[in-house]
Amino acid sequence: MVGLCDCNNFFASCERVFRPDLDGKPVVVLSNNDGCIIARSNEAKALGIKMGTPLFQAKEVIEKNNVDVFSSNYQLYGDMSNRVISILKETVPAIEVYSIDEAFLNLEGLPLEGLQQKGRDLSARIKKDTGIPVSIGMAPTKTLAKIASKLCKQYPKLQGCCLMYRPQDIEKVLRKFPVGDVWGIGRKYRKKLELMGVHTAWDFSSLPRSEVSRMMSVTGVKTWLELHGEPCIEFAEVPQDRQTICVSRSFAHDMTDLAQLDAAVATFTAKVAEKLRAQSMKAYFLHVFILTNRHRDEKPQDYSIRTTGFEVATNSTIEMTDAAAAALRAIYKKGFGYKRAGVMVTDLVDSDKVQGVFFDTVDHEKQDRLMKVIDSINSVNGRSTVRIASNGEMDQFSTRAHVSKRYTTRWDELMEVVV
Amino acid sequence: MEEDKIALINAGFPSPAEDFMDVALDLNKVLVHNPASTFFARVRGLSMIDDGVDDGDLLIIDKSAEPYDGCLAVCFVDGEFTLKKYKAMGDYALLMPANKDFQPIRVDENNQFAIWGIVKYLIKKM
Repeated sequence: MVGLCDCNNFFASCERVFRPDLDGKPVVVLSNNDGCIIARSNEAKALGIKMGTPLFQAKEVIEKNNVDVFSSNYQLYGDMSNRVISILKETVPAIEVYSIDEAFLNLEGLPLEGLQQKGRDLSARIKKDTGIPVSIGMAPTKTLAKIASKLCKQYPKLQGCCLMYRPQDIEKVLRKFPVGDVWGIGRKYRKKLELMGVHTAWDFSSLPRSEVSRMMSVTGVKTWLELHGEPCIEFAEVPQDRQTICVSRSFAHDMTDLAQLDAAVATFTAKVAEKLRAQSMKAYFLHVFILTNRHRDEKPQDYSIRTTGFEVATNSTIEMTDAAAAALRAIYKKGFGYKRAGVMVTDLVDSDKVQGVFFDTVDHEKQDRLMKVIDSINSVNGRSTVRIASNGEMDQFSTRAHVSKRYTTRWDELMEVVV
Repeated sequence: MEEDKIALINAGFPSPAEDFMDVALDLNKVLVHNPASTFFARVRGLSMIDDGVDDGDLLIIDKSAEPYDGCLAVCFVDGEFTLKKYKAMGDYALLMPANKDFQPIRVDENNQFAIWGIVKYLIKKM
């Protein structure tokens, strides 16, 4: 058996832990720069607010219904996520963290009897300890476990855990489950399938395997087999090492000044380098891009990108910041108002598989050691304690008008209890 | 022979404490029993001063702990947080202040009421 633990409306639930007055009320959380709605409480969903709606489009319904709006507070969400994960690790033999609010649970070898109750207890404990409501789905495969956890969200009667393994139960559920919501089907295939009259997960699993194979290749067949109860997606088989890493932001105001852009690009570069190191990867190429505000037709428009290659793959903040600064200087044009900038790395390799060159002008070992020290200082003392001089603080480039406090990661932002 | 001598000098005299090394005391181990359910908060106000809870003190709260009679509880009453001594009275509860200028708060099913967490430790700066 495989389990999936999914936090319900995670970002909205995190905000509510520290604002119990918002229980039962509509809450939405916005993306970086307060652009779009990326999380909704059930009450906000019931108002018809859709995922990904730009804030300005939802303004009317928000004001009319007194919806509470939060800017994203990733420090808080990250800490709350760690709390949930630590409880899962403590109670389940093996877990695979899939995203900030989802983890697969390896339940192999556990007796079926009492499994559902164990899931309910786990769900209750997570709620009691952290305040975060979760839905646990349990089934013979990951794809079915995902479906079970969605079911669990719809039916409070299930008390936080849905175990689904008898073929007749699975059939009953799949007959009602929209094919587009099946893990791995995606928007692209949903349309295609619906045109063929395939609307539910059951319709899909009733297709002949050969037809699925012809239409959707290996991934489609895997999904099909998983729906038939045959595990095909191994634990941790899901690709985790990504082949590109990109950090980019829109600015609150158009930037015309090179020094300001420089600080932004340096900050993004540091972030990218940190992500590379966290995954023990190095990159061969670094791309810097800047673009002007598309919505201002009256002003001159520009989109430029500059790529730098490294002879020896790197994840050093210093080396990458130098390269990024040079790239920015090459593409920056005076007189343009830039709305967005970003840094991306491609051609990633495992750190320990990097090929050296004979005449290496950079002391890579020394850089590696220095980066380790910086990462460890920052992990103890908070992000950006040590940073390259041209860096700004990540937050200063974004608008976050509705941000809550970092209750669990900053001493000066603790919750206050009036006694 | 010469090499051995040098090695000996570099090694120095072995510390007599080496076999008895301990890990330094860590306050987290004492104050935080369940990290997943432990939250910190700051005290604002004077209603508990007779119990030694002063403005600015640091609260170590366990969200998972079961309330017991007389426990110091972070309560959520009608839209606001407050810190009081909790007394279960059957079909209602009393939230007791520790300052003669304040009155007990009575809560029953007509109030929006929840115990958010129980205070396990109080840290104050002397």
